[in-house]
Amino acid sequence: MYPVWRLLRKVQVRSHTGRLTPPIHNMKITIDNKTINVADGLTVYEAAKQVGIAIPRLCYMNMETLGIENKPAGCRICVVEIEGRRNLAPSCATLCADGMKIRTHSPRVLNARKTVLELLLSDHPKDCLICPKAGRCELQTLAIYLGIRQIYPVENAEVSTYRKDQSPSIIRDMDKCVLCRRCETVCNTVQTVGALSGVNRGFMAVVAPAFEQDLQHSPCTFCGQCVAVCPTGALTEVDHTVRVVRALADPAKTVVVQTAPAVRAALGEEFGLPAGSLVTGKMVAALRQIGFDYVFDTDFAADLTIMEEGAELLDRLRRMLAGDKEAKLPILTSCCPAWVNFFEQNYPDMLDVPSTARSPQQMFGAVAKTVLADKLGIDRNDLVVVSIMPCLAKKYECQRDEFKVDGNPDVDVALSTRELARLIKEANIRFNDLPDDEFDAPMGESTGASVIFGTTGGVIEAATRTAYELFTGRQLEQVDFHELRGLDGVRTASVDFNGTPIHIGIAHQLGNARKLLDGVRDGRYHFHAIEIMACPGGCIGGGGQPLHLGDAGIIKARRQALYREDAQKLIRKSHENPSVQQLYNEFLDHPLSEKAHRLLHTCYFDKSNRH
Amino acid sequence: MAPFNMHLLVCGGTGCRASQSAKIVERLRAALSENGLEGDAQVVTTGCFGFCEQGPIVKIIPDNTFYIRVTPDDAAEIVAEHVLKGRKVARLLYTDPQDKARVSDSKHMGFYRKQIRIALRNCGFIDPENINEYIARDGYEALGRVLSAYTPHAAIETVKRSGLRGRGGGGFPTGLKWEIARARQADQKYVVCNADEGDPGAFMDRSILEGDPHSILEAMTICGYCIGATKGLVYIRAEYPLAIHRLQVAIAQAREYGLLGADILGAGFDFDIELRYGAGAFVCGEETALIRSMEGRRGEPSVKPPFPAESGYWGKPTNVNNVETFANIPVLFLKGPEWFAGIGSAGSKGTKVFALAGKINNVGLIEVPMGITLREVIFEIGGGIKDGKRFKAVQTGGPSGGCLTEKHLDTPIDFDSLLAAGSMMGSGGMIVMDEDDCMVSIAKFYLEFTVDESCGKCAPCRIGNKRLYEVLRKITLGHGTADDLDYLRNVSAVIKDTALCGLGQTSPNPVLSTLEHFRQEYEAHVFDRKCPAGQCKALTHYFILPEKCTGCTACARVCAVNAIVGERRQAHSILQNKCIRCGACFEKCKFEAIQAG
Repeated sequence: MYPVWRLLRKVQVRSHTGRLTPPIHNMKITIDNKTINVADGLTVYEAAKQVGIAIPRLCYMNMETLGIENKPAGCRICVVEIEGRRNLAPSCATLCADGMKIRTHSPRVLNARKTVLELLLSDHPKDCLICPKAGRCELQTLAIYLGIRQIYPVENAEVSTYRKDQSPSIIRDMDKCVLCRRCETVCNTVQTVGALSGVNRGFMAVVAPAFEQDLQHSPCTFCGQCVAVCPTGALTEVDHTVRVVRALADPAKTVVVQTAPAVRAALGEEFGLPAGSLVTGKMVAALRQIGFDYVFDTDFAADLTIMEEGAELLDRLRRMLAGDKEAKLPILTSCCPAWVNFFEQNYPDMLDVPSTARSPQQMFGAVAKTVLADKLGIDRNDLVVVSIMPCLAKKYECQRDEFKVDGNPDVDVALSTRELARLIKEANIRFNDLPDDEFDAPMGESTGASVIFGTTGGVIEAATRTAYELFTGRQLEQVDFHELRGLDGVRTASVDFNGTPIHIGIAHQLGNARKLLDGVRDGRYHFHAIEIMACPGGCIGGGGQPLHLGDAGIIKARRQALYREDAQKLIRKSHENPSVQQLYNEFLDHPLSEKAHRLLHTCYFDKSNRH
Repeated sequence: MAPFNMHLLVCGGTGCRASQSAKIVERLRAALSENGLEGDAQVVTTGCFGFCEQGPIVKIIPDNTFYIRVTPDDAAEIVAEHVLKGRKVARLLYTDPQDKARVSDSKHMGFYRKQIRIALRNCGFIDPENINEYIARDGYEALGRVLSAYTPHAAIETVKRSGLRGRGGGGFPTGLKWEIARARQADQKYVVCNADEGDPGAFMDRSILEGDPHSILEAMTICGYCIGATKGLVYIRAEYPLAIHRLQVAIAQAREYGLLGADILGAGFDFDIELRYGAGAFVCGEETALIRSMEGRRGEPSVKPPFPAESGYWGKPTNVNNVETFANIPVLFLKGPEWFAGIGSAGSKGTKVFALAGKINNVGLIEVPMGITLREVIFEIGGGIKDGKRFKAVQTGGPSGGCLTEKHLDTPIDFDSLLAAGSMMGSGGMIVMDEDDCMVSIAKFYLEFTVDESCGKCAPCRIGNKRLYEVLRKITLGHGTADDLDYLRNVSAVIKDTALCGLGQTSPNPVLSTLEHFRQEYEAHVFDRKCPAGQCKALTHYFILPEKCTGCTACARVCAVNAIVGERRQAHSILQNKCIRCGACFEKCKFEAIQAG
């Protein structure tokens, strides 16, 4: 079964150069009658892209700048004809060779591509009209693109069906799986979570947790990156919009909403605006029109997080500098619920390392259900807190028992950015025509520091702005810490705290977090503080965001939008947020106070034996 | 130790063991000691003789008497008559089907006459669990010669000159493969022996491992020296417990003799071999899937390049060869590449082992020179079609091969001719079909196998083969349409053109080749709603010819659903709406009054 011709030709190419690795840097190839020069190591797909030929693909996904590549060459949609080759070649996984003559749309290619797509559709539910991915489904797009008009009716054709699986965050409807393996790559290679892999064989092959157990009982962290890359409706978020609609219609309930920083940089995409459009004002206006009683900002809670986390950092730092061996450094950020799941499962020996500060979502919920409910004079059970998050793990986080009082959760419903867009559409709102509106006071006031919470490096930059001033007692002249920004998976920087160098580590994507944590565990790395976000690019690339369809440029644009908003803000340091100061003055006393500990901090559990 | 005057070789292959050959050994030994002959004759458990149809086999050396279908009860007689008195036990000898004469020496049997045994040279001759017997047959001499007199480069040149091509199915030149692996620079390289034999009915690799395990160890060590590897791995399916046991014994013995381990034969070369067990997935015979499986990952193929020679087991350069390929290596060094290249046809040198099966008289394992024709194999070695039926087709290359017909009978068997004829060499399965076989059902059978064995990674193989199977099922149920035939052809061609690995690329071959050579049979199913071979139950109708029916009532009595009616001594008839087409009446009728059609 050895494809003889491939090696033979390879050897021939090699022998004429006299070397086994030919150093050809400038190869001449012909694609659809266009002759171009390409560099060694380029695939046919990439070469075609360079000359404006978009070969259709399904399983292949390459988000180069984020180091996410899925190339199993399994769907066989991107096949092309190469002169002299016996069979068609998958362009995504075939390297260019000098003199190659490639045809991307010959009758043979088109017939093969359409037949394979027809086969894929023959084993796919035909419920596009009611599929949660309708309109954003890559399989559907492909069927439209290739003009599939009928699927050959095979008598008693079997369709592969699987048990449905719903976790707190993610729904798996594997009847719709096309086995592109993107989720598997993301879960194993990028996130190193290892919850999903190919199981069964032949017609019943599918991606699933080991032994086809429920996702909930697997090592899944609910980061939602599998959902973010799934081309079809096989992986989707649990939809909680109905709960919100019902709460809003209930006259006995006061409904408040909080919006995470990354949402405003992405929501516009759902309404056809270009990636990176900031729609903060429109979003607030829409939420008000939907009928929320108060429209608040999670950014407010992010500033609060900085107060607590920053105080914790300074406390541990001062104790360590004073020679206290008990002081644990580095301190790890704990805003990201997927990351919390990840270290509870993988680093149970290091549970005392992360900050005990709750995530902004949960700080907001705790403050709302106590301070705000008090102020409004209503019972916490009659206050419904809705959060709009770029994240699917937030759905899980707000269900954790630590964040409930007598069974009543601090945050009642966590919606993703995508769900909010649906809610807006259902409410018959012409989003793009909305005038800008402002958040309500007091929990709507925020600083530039909290806005950048949505991108990798942002939390630690916000913390640095505050910690620097509190530690040194000096005013920061330049609040932009460019050394903390960027999209590299693992980044390190040192910030001078007036003669004391503070070493900072930053990682986004859980696989990179693992590298950093392993280094800390075995003593290779010595940091004072580490920021970790589970998703590529941070929350802007979260599992609840509008689908990026494999375009890393979208994530970059969202990131720039957040930095833009930060730069526009008058107040850019968390401790200068007047509403936050007021909260401490009136209620919390000071960071790390007894009250603050009760409302704003949490604890972690060893979940390594959960499976 | 005094030499024995006589050796009683008893087949200890899996097939003959299943027919109590271990007990035969026991009884023979008991009979020898009863007669006080322990010092004169020894009983040796060997590997497979190949003539499995006639097993269990006992062969007596030195007079080469070949006893067939021996039972444990025959042991005493063999000893009393043959060993003691020198008289052959005539009733246990092979009878030539043509002239009905008893043949005592296997050399003169049609089954063996045209065979040349290179890979199987020691199978059925030595005790596979005794390294001394292998050494006595020049075993490990090739290794000694290579380590002492050849540079790796010169050894690879020798393999290249011999023209040896991979016996696993693809026929890639072995020497070239070694050269590519050698050219890679790496701190660690691996030699892998692919013993994941998966074609239905094929058992040549198992037989070699059971009958001559040391030849594989020796060849792998030579390969390791050539490519610069110090570790060897045998990937073997766990369903081969006897082969695994014999390999384990052989590895232990070779280590004890210093033929594996550090500083082999004082040449400063280290090499050791370990076993890796497969769970029996057909696709794991594909080398990239095999390597993934060895690493403990899901056994599914990946895109080449990178080839295993570049990035294989744990990312290290890995050379994967099939068992039979390795079995040829030591001989090639002993007798020289020119000798080897002198056997076979222009593009395919040496011999090939086939597992001959199906509707053929002599079922078993054969080794024939490349270039021999299908006719010679089927009608001379195979002894023709069973029960005097007519030859219809032969399937070569296992489930992914094609069906060849009468017009191909004079096709020489080699890699290129079979490929040109629309089939392939494969790993050496050869299944013969007669006039009673329905070619649509045959294609359906093979598709069922590939549907089961597809890993599911690529869409055309995962879904396409399933659809092919479903359409073939539809045709055999009598619901086929003209469009179905077009659909079969197109989907088959696309799967062949787009599937990721060799399994998928060849899986439609049974459909394509039967569509081409037996189109009229498909058309009979589709347009006439008839199965000419009478295999498709849904399309078969039984009826009684009144002029031949004697009214004996035998058919009516055997019919389980009371579908046959008629008075005694009167012509009977079959109620078609009741008939379940079980065929019992057809078998029962002594007057040929019942017809199928």
